[in-house]
Amino acid sequence: MKARVFVTLKPGVLDPQGKAIHHALEGLGFSGVQDVRAGKLIELELADSTSDEDIADMCRKLLANTVIENFRIERMQAA
Amino acid sequence: MKTAVIVFPGSNCDRDLKVAIEMVTGRAPDMVWHKDSELPDGTGLIAIPGGFSYGDYLRSGAMAARSPVMRAVSEAAARGVPVLGVCNGFQVLTEAGLLPGALMRNAGLSFVSRPVSLTVENSQSLFTARYKQGETISIPVAHHDGNYQADAETLDRLEGEGRVAFRYAESVNGSARQIAGIINDTGNVLGMMPHPERAMEPAHGNLDGRRLFEGLLEAVG
Repeated sequence: MKARVFVTLKPGVLDPQGKAIHHALEGLGFSGVQDVRAGKLIELELADSTSDEDIADMCRKLLANTVIENFRIERMQAA
Repeated sequence: MKTAVIVFPGSNCDRDLKVAIEMVTGRAPDMVWHKDSELPDGTGLIAIPGGFSYGDYLRSGAMAARSPVMRAVSEAAARGVPVLGVCNGFQVLTEAGLLPGALMRNAGLSFVSRPVSLTVENSQSLFTARYKQGETISIPVAHHDGNYQADAETLDRLEGEGRVAFRYAESVNGSARQIAGIINDTGNVLGMMPHPERAMEPAHGNLDGRRLFEGLLEAVG
């Protein structure tokens, strides 16, 4: 079983990297970009018995820093 | 007194801390590897050095904070043993939950490496007794992720309880309320981005960092 964990900065937390990407996009001539937030995608290959709560526990203990980041878990269907 | 410097793969200021501590105590600290699950008996001061532990993978300090030795450091901190975290050491202490908040990428995105002016905000702590309240000192910084952030409630609590030890007296990295170093609620853990071990002798340009070690070692004997 595969799961994806999306780690994103909490709303309101300044994202200097997102800002720099935004500026670079504007520099390339892309107009209409109103904001950019950068985050992380972590793919996990898991035993089928792994529960959502197990994955959430991994997020809270390591994958995300919940002081500044939110996480979202997406289970992927077997191909 | 017995002291210990924790060494992670990617630490690069461990020797600087060792030299600084030995200069003040006359005794070399034990260098404790991250895989050790215990600290040497009788360790009376723990120092966590700067560097790029585990290549800053995931987040600065995140992997180091979960290494075996950090359980021993947390237990020692809970018993009241003083813990000093400098730069990456500060990042490790926040990731380990020994200090509140988080250190994010510098607001200007650049690595900042230069001496900066700091205001001593609390001269009553274990770590700052040799400074005068409100004194301006100069200590070098060298970091990419020194932008201290916490929610407003946490920041208010830190300020209200006198737990902001040092504040930047100039714009450095975007830190909330210009915070450069904070102390835990029991007063025995200090994390700071500037490097006091790089301001120890005339050849370093100034001695402002030395007083931190002198005051600390006087306090803990």
